[in-house]
Order: sequence, then structure tokens, then C-alpha cells
Amino acid sequence: MNTPEGLFYTKDHEWARVEGKKAYIGITDHAQSALGDITFIDPPKKGQQLKQGGFCATVESVKAASDVYSPFSGVVLDVNRELSGHPELVNRSPYDKGYIFEMELSDEKEKAGLMDAAGYAKYIEGLAE
Amino acid sequence: MKLIFEKHREGRRGFSYGKADVPPARPLGGKYCRKEDAKLPCLSELDVVRHYTNLSRMNYSVDTNFYPLGSCTMKYNPKFTERIAAFEGFSLVHPLLPQLKGGGMLAQGSLEVLYETEKLLCEITGMNAFTMQPMAGAHGELTGVMLIAAWHKHQGSRRKYVIVPDSSHGTNPASATIAGYQVIVIPTDCRGYMDMDIYKSKLNEETAAVMLTCPDTLGIFNPRIKEIADLAHQAGALMYYDGANLNALLGKARPGDIGFDVVHINLHKTFATPHGGGGPGAGPVGVSEKLAEFLPISRVARRGDGTFALDYNHPKSIGYIAPFYGNFEVILKAFAYMLCLGGNGLVRAAEIAVLNANYCRAKLKEYYDLPFDKACMHECVFSAARQARNGVHALDIAKYLIDKGYHPPTIYFPLIVKEALMIEPTETESKETLDGFIDTMIEIARLAREEPSLVKQAPVSTPVKRLDETKAAREPNLRWREK
Amino acid sequence: MSYIPHTQEEIGQMLKAIGAADIGALFKDIPPALRPKSFNIPEGRSEFEVTRYLKRLSSKNATGLINFVGAGFYDHFIPAAVDAIAGRSEFYTAYTPYQPECSQGWLQAIYEYQSIICELTGLDVSNASLYDGGTALYEAAMMAVRSTGRNKIIMDSGVNLIYRTMLYTYTSNLSVEFVEIPVVHGQSSRDELLKHLDDKTAAVIFQNPNFFGAVDDYSDVVSKVHKSGALAVASVYPVSLGLLRSPGEMGFDIATGEGQSLGIPLSFGGPYLGFMAVKKELVRQMPGRIVGATVDSEGKRGFVLTLQTREQHIRREKATSNICSNEALCALRAAVFTALLGRQGLKELAGHNYDKAEFAKDALSAVPGVEVKRSSPTFNEFTVKLPRPADEVVYRLIDKGFACGFPLGRFYKNMDNYLLVAVTEKRTKEEINLLADSLEAVL
Repeated sequence: MNTPEGLFYTKDHEWARVEGKKAYIGITDHAQSALGDITFIDPPKKGQQLKQGGFCATVESVKAASDVYSPFSGVVLDVNRELSGHPELVNRSPYDKGYIFEMELSDEKEKAGLMDAAGYAKYIEGLAE
Repeated sequence: MKLIFEKHREGRRGFSYGKADVPPARPLGGKYCRKEDAKLPCLSELDVVRHYTNLSRMNYSVDTNFYPLGSCTMKYNPKFTERIAAFEGFSLVHPLLPQLKGGGMLAQGSLEVLYETEKLLCEITGMNAFTMQPMAGAHGELTGVMLIAAWHKHQGSRRKYVIVPDSSHGTNPASATIAGYQVIVIPTDCRGYMDMDIYKSKLNEETAAVMLTCPDTLGIFNPRIKEIADLAHQAGALMYYDGANLNALLGKARPGDIGFDVVHINLHKTFATPHGGGGPGAGPVGVSEKLAEFLPISRVARRGDGTFALDYNHPKSIGYIAPFYGNFEVILKAFAYMLCLGGNGLVRAAEIAVLNANYCRAKLKEYYDLPFDKACMHECVFSAARQARNGVHALDIAKYLIDKGYHPPTIYFPLIVKEALMIEPTETESKETLDGFIDTMIEIARLAREEPSLVKQAPVSTPVKRLDETKAAREPNLRWREK
Repeated sequence: MSYIPHTQEEIGQMLKAIGAADIGALFKDIPPALRPKSFNIPEGRSEFEVTRYLKRLSSKNATGLINFVGAGFYDHFIPAAVDAIAGRSEFYTAYTPYQPECSQGWLQAIYEYQSIICELTGLDVSNASLYDGGTALYEAAMMAVRSTGRNKIIMDSGVNLIYRTMLYTYTSNLSVEFVEIPVVHGQSSRDELLKHLDDKTAAVIFQNPNFFGAVDDYSDVVSKVHKSGALAVASVYPVSLGLLRSPGEMGFDIATGEGQSLGIPLSFGGPYLGFMAVKKELVRQMPGRIVGATVDSEGKRGFVLTLQTREQHIRREKATSNICSNEALCALRAAVFTALLGRQGLKELAGHNYDKAEFAKDALSAVPGVEVKRSSPTFNEFTVKLPRPADEVVYRLIDKGFACGFPLGRFYKNMDNYLLVAVTEKRTKEEINLLADSLEAVL
């Protein structure tokens, strides 16, 4: 499983790449692998207010639908428009071209509640048992 | 095979109405008429008949193949019920006739069918009254939850939650949500029963109902079911019985006696009406006495002189679930089946259904993992976990069975069993059919060990090989369009 | 008779393999206290006896009446080929095509049915069927609520009262608000609609032809509905679509209706066929099964159930609907019926219905005291005003061999003298003239 450094991770398998007050959000390699071929993403709306841990999007594969929860509180700045025509980007490039949306953080202190790469890698190892 | 649209030949005519025996009327004004014709194909009758006859031969069905789909009760559909349903005295009657003045006398036969079926279902299930209106099992579930909501509202309580076990059929939480409730899911413990401690902790004065099936979706009868019902009642909640698995209990136990307040029956499962490729079914709902006043209207009543009438005089009724009396023709077939089997036949059906499922369980348990190793009822749930370690998953086993002429069992349900294979043979299948299936399953287990690729490339003998479901979802092509 | 093939010997062998002493042992998990308190079901009878009993019951129904009752459910002729194909047990004893490789027959048939519904309604996508026109309309209303995030539904009173009642029943525990707009001279009123159309409206629902038989062109209304951000929903009569402007042509977002008129017998209320077609933007909100085309591992075209993540078996409590079993066999009948008729046949059928109804209007107008309502065009059903309560007139005409129409006073206030008369292609010129004569005799 690919778990890049420098990102924040959640127990529900979301990642966040923080750049100043902004963050890109997506689902991890572990999550995309478990879902299988992704067929559709239902993203949040631009301008939508989010709470940390609150439901914000759905990712669907042929046989499953998974809810995505926001790693941070804040507001949605933009969504990844490529995904509507190319949902497979989430499978092929979950941390880069397959990001789901971009948001502005309202409380940077929330970072403390999230895992780093090492922590997340250990966490998913524990799940496998 | 070509689509029927692709067989279109401009100018070809099939069915014709001939010339009308009245003069053509003044045409309807242009703005009310369609500008573009519906692009239906032009075909001869032979074109149409040949097309559909060939399509019919590309299906597995109970009449052609063993169909052990767990939780669906694919028993044989007796042909005499089809003949009865085709009697013009039943099939040509307009549903509004008995609603005309003096019209009740125009449909006495059909009203009697509805009345007598209701009576039989009451006795079979131990319930006080039934509505025949729900047009499918899930529809019955929604109706049942709405009846429960009406009862609570009448009690003056605003309860918010419905409890379901994690092994439940998806229609249970879906129906509860659509009826306006939030769902609380209770996990199944290691013995295959709903976890009692967690259940007790979640049950409180905000619980409206507990939705269960019995035996459960693992095919297991929970010996503490009465306790579950008593606890629910003590908390002021009602008990809902999902009748999908009733085939195991006919004459052996009745949901009404166990303490269920609302029950739905799947006539297309337990009472042998045909599945029709996905429908029509019927999901009549039975209730205990305290809920009877909320049943949908109209209801069929018997007058003192023995005639039948539609009764709308139930002010607390929730209203109309169906446009009329339910899927009458389906109800009729189920009624005929019940009369034919009788009490003795229904009990025998349950006994042999349970015998057949246990036979499969006993013969296959050394080859496939049995998550809960105890006697099952009318269906048994295996796990293909052992085979999956070699890369052969439940899906692959299902596809290989197709090549051998068997419709696969239900796979990946219930969700709580990994690589689930749910086998429900039903009582109408013979020992030699089961032996053939069992031998094939044993062979698959051997192949999974020794030649997994053979299983993974199945099916090879069908009109199409494995289909790209990802492409179907990513690039939806949901209809024909003229080029 | 219980269709059980087992011999005593076989049962013995099977019990031995299970390790159970007898069949009773297989039920030991059921505590004695839970055994049935009673099970007084009469003994089973033979196929012959049951058939004879039910034949007798069927003869207690009146099928000889000449039928002029419609009200949403119509007496149309069903070609024999429809019965022949729907009677093939490879179709009717199959289950839902979850395993596509051994169900291509059903899957292709449903894909074709979906295409037919799209062609009839002029919309982009159809599902594989819902229970009936009423539940289809309810599902449409809920789709509008979900997709707009609003909860007010405006319903024209020309929508069948049976369906309106069903919608109220289904939504009684939900926070959905209904506003009914009255018909004016039997037609939809633009003014009444505009009084209520606002930014809280999720959908506006019309029926065409409406319950009184009136036909309208709703294009102007639909654009107003769209301006307010709501969805436009039409409940329609499929046979009429051989002639009338389709909901797609009028700009509706969702079309639903009762498919019984496409080759399904009246059946005393069911099974029927709910159809639904939507604009493509709404496809992921659509309830029910949907079949899609794809390819197999060798590139050959095949069909599968698709977009299943909308459905209950995956989404459970988040599903778009709880529907599982639908009306597949009825959808097959509708598809075969429409294919047999083809492009010309459907137009011919609609034409016959229209012409015969117009002829009947003239014949009935000639009866003294009878006033045929002509304030709007109609298709095959129309309203007449009688000099006496319609209930009574209907009752008297039963004796003369007619089910002459539906008394509108049953569904609408202050309309006791109004009768709804339907004329399909099955009604001959003789029958229509006889109706006029009998009506005159009775009045």
C-alpha cells in the first residue's frame, strides 16, 4: 500500500495535503483498492461548509458506495472537475490527479487529531489482522 | 443477438387494427399532437415472436435449471395456477367495477378470493388481519413500517429509531428510512445470533420497531426470539417480521405466536407464484389486533348474507398503498397453491425444504467453510474463504456453476459472511438434483485447489463471457438510440 | 399435492447423511412453547378440485358488460402473441437477472423495454419498471425532493385521485408539503399554478390527458416551473402517446404512468406496470433497476444490471428507494405489445381510440338531456353532464348490459351528475349507438 509522506491521514481513509491555509482532499490507496474499479464520485459543492469528520462526498464502485468524511473543518473552494469524466483517476492516482476537492481550513489546530504517514501505515496494518 | 430495434424494416407491418368502423374524426389540433413519432421498430409478427422466443432461450429459469438462490425460495411454480389466472372471469374485470353503485355484485368471485386468502394467511401466520395491497415484499415492508408509525402516532409517542441486525436484507433499513425512521444496526455475534447485549443497550423509549426475519438470513432459528420480542414490547417498541424465510416455518411456528406485531409475506417466495424475471410479486402485510384499524383501505368484508363488499369505513386507516386491492392475479395464484397444498402440504413443504438444505450442508461442510456450524433451516450459508486463499472467490464459483447448468446460489449476502454462498434448494428439488449440484460443488473445491484458473475463466459456455460491469457504470448506455 | 418428489427411501438416506433421527429433529431449535397455537388449514385438494372451485368463483364475476369505464385503467385488445411470449416459462420462472451470463434474454428484453419507454415519452432514460402508475408518481415526487433539496409539491387536481391519495399515504411521516391546484372547467389552470409556484417548490405534477379526459399542451407551464427551479413531472397514458405530444417534447423532467394499457389485462387491480423516464441529468436519482449495455471479455455486446449503487442491496438505508421486486413480466408484455404494433400500429391504435371517442361524443350529445363537455380537446375519454346523478344512471345501465362510465362525483365534490366515459378501439359502432339508445331510454 502506498502511503506518501507529508500528508495527513484519517481513520476513514481520507488524506489531506495542506498548503498554507488550503488543503487538497482525497481517499487513500487502501480505500481505492478496497472499493475496486471506481465508477462515480459525488463531490461536495463549491462553497459548502464542512465540519471535521462530517460527511462530504461519496465514492462509488460497481458493487459498493463509500462515504467520504472531511479531515478538516472549513469551506470547499473547488472540486476536481476531471473526475466526472474520468473516475478511474481515483484508482490510478489517488494522491495526485485523483484528489476530490480543495478546501480552505478554518482551524489549523485540527491537524493535531490526524495521523501522519507512519501512523496511518501502522493503522492499516492493524486492520488487516 | 441483435436488438429488436436493429431488426426494423421500414414499411413492415405486424399487428394491425384494420379500418375503424367509425368515420375519421376532425383531427386534434397540432399543438396537442406529437411532432416526432416514437421510433418504434416496424416488424412482422414472426420477427417479434422469433426475437422474443430466442431471448427466452438465453435465460436460466426454475423450469429449466436448479436455482438455489438463497433468500428467494425458487420453488416450482405449479402450472395449474397459470391456467386459473387466465380465466377471463378473473383477468378481464375492471378494478373500479365494485366501486360503482350496485357494482359489488359484479365482482363477488374476486372479492371472495381476496377474503379467503386473507383468512388463510391469518391462520398460517397467527396474525389478526391482513392487507393484500402491497405489490412486493419491500412494498410490504414499507407498508408495515408505516403501520407501526401510525400506531405510535396514535399512542402520542414520537419514536425515531428502527433496529435491524447487520445480517438483514437491504430492503429492511431502506424501507425504515423511507418511512421516516433512522436505522440502528446491531451486530451478529460469533454464534450467528443478533448480539443480545448490544441489542438491550440500544433498545429504549425511542425505538419504534425491531425488524427481524426468522429464521435469519444465515438460515438459523434464534432460540431467544421470544425474549427479543418481549424486550421490545417492554420498551414500547413493535416487532416486525420479514417473511422472506417463512418457507422454513410453515406449520412449525407462527410469527404471531412468537410475538411479532406486523408481518409481511412474499407470495412469490413461500407461496410459489412465479418470479417473472424480477416481478410481479406480492407482499401482503398481517397485523395483530391492535394495528388492524390502521390497515390500508379498502378492505374486503363479508356481509351477513354471505356476500362480499368493499369496506372503506376505517377512519384511522393509513390510506391507499396500492391503487386497488393489490396484485390480484398474483394473490389468486397463491390462493390456488394454498388450497392445493392444504395444511398438510404446507407443513410437508417446510419439512422437506429444511431437509434439503441440511443435506446440502452436511455433504458440503468438509469442502467449504461453514461460518456457523449448526443445523440450518431452509437455507445454509457457506463461505468460500478457503477457496479465496487460492484466488477462487465466491463470484468465480458462481460463474463456474453456470457452465455446469446450475443457477448460482446467492453470493455475498448476508454481508456479515465473507465470500458468502447462500444455498436454498427448496422442497421441490429431488435428491438426484441435489446430488448433482453437490458433486459439482465438490469438484469446484478440488479445482480451486488444483486448477484455479479453470474456475476463474468461467463461464465459457454461455452466450456471453464475463461482462465489463465497470464500463457499464462508467459509461452508462441505458437505451437504444437511432443513429 | 405439494410438488415434493422425495420417496421415503430417499428421505431416509438424506436423514442418515445429516445424522438426524427423523425430520422432527431438524426443527429442534424451535422451542415447544413456540409451536403453533393453531394451524387449522383444510387438507390439500387436487388440481382438479381447486380448478373447479376457482372456475366457479370466476363465473361469479361479471365479464359480459360492455365496458366504457376507464379512469386510468383501460380495456384494450391484447394480441395473442403477447400472451404466448409472456407465457414462456423461461421468462416467467426466472428471477432477477443478477447473474448476467445466464440471463441475457431477460436483460436484453428489459433494455429494449427501457428504450421503448424512452421513445414513447421522449425522455432520455427509463428504469426497468416500478409497481404501478401511483407508486411511480410517488417515486418521481421523492426524486424531485431529493434533487432540489426542497419539500413542496404542487399537484394539479386533474391527477387521478387514487394517485394523489397514494402520495399522501406514502409521505404522511415525511416533511413533504402538498398543494393541490383546482381544475377550472376540467382543465389545468395556469393562474392557479402561479399563485403557488415559488422557490420552495420541488416539483409540479400534471396528468395528460387529465382525469376528466382533457388534453393540454403544458410547454408554457413547464418553462415557468423550470424558472422557479422546480422539476416538472407528468403522469401520462402510454396509448395516447401514439398521438399526443410527448412529455419530453413539452420539456418535462420526469414522466411516469400506468403501463397497463400496453398489453396487460385489467386483472382486477394488478399486477400493473409503473413506468418512469427521466432527463439524463436525473439518472442517478432514479429508483429501481436499470439495465445497461456493455461488452464481455471478448468484446461481444452484452447487458447487465447497472448503477446498482442506487439500490437497496448496496446502499441499504441510503438507497434511492427500497424497491427490489418490480413488474418485470408486465414490462415484457408491454415491450412485446409495442413491438408487435410498431411505429404504425401504435399510431393506428391511438387513432382508433380518438376517432371512436369523438364518434361517441356525437352519439351521446344527441341524447336529450346529455351535455358532452367540450371545453378542451380529449383523447379517448371525456366528461358528460347528465340530468340525474351519474351513480344512479350507471346502476340502471348495468341491467342493460353496460358499465357505462365512472361517476365523477365519487372523486370530486359537486360533480354528482357528471360521468366519465372511456371509448377504446374495442368498442364497436354498434355498441356505442346502443349505449346512446340505452342512455336515452333510462333518462
